[in-house]
Amino acid sequence: MSNAVVHADIHGQAHAAHHPALRHHFDTMGQQKEAAVIGMWVFLLTEILFFGGLFAAYMVYRVWYFDAFAEASRSLEIFWGALNTAVLIGSSLTMAMAVRGAQTNKRTATINWLILTMLLGCVFLGVKVIEYAEKIEHHHVPGFNYQWAPAHEAAPAAEGVAAEGHRKLSLTPEQLQLMTQIYFSLYFTMTGLHALHMIVGIGLMSVITWMTWKGKFDREYYTPVEMSGLYWHFVDIVWIFLFPLLYLVERHT
Amino acid sequence: MSGHVSPVGLYVTIFGALTVLTALTVFAAFVDLGQFNFLVAMVIAVFKASLVIWYFMHVKYASHLTKLTVATGLFFLVILLSMTLIDYSSKAFTPMPPFLQ
Amino acid sequence: MLDKLKIPERHYLNNGHSLASWLLTKDHKRIAIMYLISISVMFFLGGLFAIGIRLELATPQGDFVTADTYNKFFTMHGVIMVFFFLIPSIPAVLGNFLIPPMIGAKDLAFPRINLISLYIYWIGGVFTLYAMIAGGVDTGWTFYTPYSATGSNTNVVPTAVGVFIAGFSSILTGLNFIVTIHRMRAPGMTWFRLPLFVWAHYATSLVQVLGTPVVAITIVMLGVERALGFGIFDPARGGDPVLFQHLFWFYSHPAVYIMILPALGVQSELVSTFSRKTIFGYSFVAFSSLAIAVFGFIVWAHHMFVAGISTYAAMVFSFLSFSVAIPSAVKVFNWTATLYKGAISFETPMLYAYGFLGLFAIGGLTGLFLATLGLDVHVHDTYFVVAHFHYIMVGGAIMGYMGGLHFWWPKMTGRMYSEFFSRVSAIMVFVGFNVTFFPQFVVGYLGMPRRYHSYPDEFQVLNVMSSAGATVLGLGYALPVLYFLWSLRYGAVAGPNPWRASGLEWQMQSPPLTENFVETPIVDTEPYEYEHVVSREKHLV
Repeated sequence: MSNAVVHADIHGQAHAAHHPALRHHFDTMGQQKEAAVIGMWVFLLTEILFFGGLFAAYMVYRVWYFDAFAEASRSLEIFWGALNTAVLIGSSLTMAMAVRGAQTNKRTATINWLILTMLLGCVFLGVKVIEYAEKIEHHHVPGFNYQWAPAHEAAPAAEGVAAEGHRKLSLTPEQLQLMTQIYFSLYFTMTGLHALHMIVGIGLMSVITWMTWKGKFDREYYTPVEMSGLYWHFVDIVWIFLFPLLYLVERHT
Repeated sequence: MSGHVSPVGLYVTIFGALTVLTALTVFAAFVDLGQFNFLVAMVIAVFKASLVIWYFMHVKYASHLTKLTVATGLFFLVILLSMTLIDYSSKAFTPMPPFLQ
Repeated sequence: MLDKLKIPERHYLNNGHSLASWLLTKDHKRIAIMYLISISVMFFLGGLFAIGIRLELATPQGDFVTADTYNKFFTMHGVIMVFFFLIPSIPAVLGNFLIPPMIGAKDLAFPRINLISLYIYWIGGVFTLYAMIAGGVDTGWTFYTPYSATGSNTNVVPTAVGVFIAGFSSILTGLNFIVTIHRMRAPGMTWFRLPLFVWAHYATSLVQVLGTPVVAITIVMLGVERALGFGIFDPARGGDPVLFQHLFWFYSHPAVYIMILPALGVQSELVSTFSRKTIFGYSFVAFSSLAIAVFGFIVWAHHMFVAGISTYAAMVFSFLSFSVAIPSAVKVFNWTATLYKGAISFETPMLYAYGFLGLFAIGGLTGLFLATLGLDVHVHDTYFVVAHFHYIMVGGAIMGYMGGLHFWWPKMTGRMYSEFFSRVSAIMVFVGFNVTFFPQFVVGYLGMPRRYHSYPDEFQVLNVMSSAGATVLGLGYALPVLYFLWSLRYGAVAGPNPWRASGLEWQMQSPPLTENFVETPIVDTEPYEYEHVVSREKHLV
């Protein structure tokens, strides 16, 4: 049996029939797409566990240092956090619309929705810059002249918060200094990692936008758009948890 | 083969629900529910995440394998968190040296 | 029976000769060969540090190197062997090469991601090698805080970055395998017709994908603590060092299953082929791989019994740690039952398999000793632990790797190696291994602590035995390099199926075509049916 002849024959036949985006180790576009979807979800699993380690650390210290965590959390501006949450949820909507546009082969609409998503992502990052700048100004960055001095903090603006809690804090200033520092170490690591993922996501989307503009997608093949969508929604989900955990600790005092 | 195309109305509805739930989370944070504040916040967050996963990420219309994959990831996250807690919930907080009087 | 065998004209090794055709390849087999070379280099590097350790421990005094240097020896030995040799070894070499043909596919699901995983491995290796050259690390491969975060003045961050990066190589390999095994099987290749090697790699991939990210984030936290001054694990800043250990071991315990599960898969293939019998209790063995993977995630704190976890948690984890031995035992029983009344033989791969059977059993049983809370309190951080994990990692995983390499070498290269020298090597490895590590059980039980470069005089005899054994072991590992290289040029042509083994990979030519199969095979037989092998062979050149 001559391998060479048979091989050429099969290859010649196959080439005529398939979509240009079909890779040769797959039999059908359906198989390829399904593989991509599973692959992307497996990758998102790794991201769940990746952030999960931070959530585990957060969980332990929140239980141990609850009062300090609450005080530190109250020093964050709910306004920015809530705004960012709304912005990200909006960007999830625009991303879903972008994927839908790709599915229905509407090139211009897809590009517009993708650009809108990226813009909203940039708004989110801009807000984070504002927040980080404020934290830097107040010396709330661990390792960089960290100084917890609640007496100097202006109470978070008019959000209905009265005096500094009806429960007398039994922590000494030294304890507060250390415990709130743990909070902020986790705050910066978690939001920083999240922001990094957003930057990657925006980069990914710019590539996808370019590919859409170049006409690489159609009803049969829009997998990269969908994959970016999955990634972006995941980044949104992480923030959905970060917001209450970081911003909303014991706000009712 | 194209996947399931969701109607625009569905997406907008989910967006609306997510926005309302966000507002609810913020509102609930200002109500003194004691220990339950955390639980309420987490329940709402889980529900929001579920909406995103189910509808925005199309898991509702995806294969069994995809659903199993998502469930597996969440299962092992729960193991990480809960089994770490086995240790921390069964011992007293031992003050670190700086905290000793 | 067959005409004089010839190397086929076209195969994956001569399909392009330029450097670019290798470095930019998407062929899983070429990627496997590049991994083979890379991890072999890392193995011998890790081995050099082992030589340093055993040289120091030949005398009770710390007279060969300073304590700090000795700390660097065992750290680098651990980091390199765990992250850059054992974890990739079987999956990246044998798994990459064999999983597509075993399931009847042309390649893995994501060939480019496969290539990227190799690049990532190299980049991680560069960081770690840099750290080594810049003076090494002395924290132990476990990087315990606060020493690694604030105490040590060695190259922790570059090493941690190297490990972090290499972790992604592992994740991508696992991801690729999971999707491939789910979605790329040939028609008729149902889950229960898969070779047990594939089941083992599927289970391994689950662990890689779910566990590695946690150590990755732990390294990130360690990194920001050390480099930026964040306080997360440092008690002086209100942190908890035990939290580091929880997060570290959440991965590093399942990591040991990443290291052994593939070898368990190889073992099933070898035992079946060289007893000419189907594996006894196939589905039990298949499910036991999954069970090991899952249970492996719920036992991690048995590394922390004396670290400061609560007694309650210690008891829970001790109990759970017993459970994880059960699926491993199921495998040992099933292999033994396979051998019983089988037509057993003693080719080199099978010699490694016999060795594996006994040494894995000893390693596993001593693991039960360590799972026993009351006993572990006494032998924790002694050489008993060191001996236990070397029985599994070397007596188990590396023998599995060597057995697999010797079994599939003819498929990968089309050549047979010298059976005489390979048997000599296998025996040297077995004898050398036991002389090296059995005394360590004794000396550890007697109280000799690990990670010390000096020890009380009464332990010297056993330590000298151990160091002598290490010499034989090292020579046993060096010999295959010679005869494998020799075989590439002068070895007998192997033909498609020199072992008359079952499995789709043996229906390919040796070395295989780039696309593996001319036509997608259609599977209609159960695995490990040896009666059919002879009749299938007649169709091959």
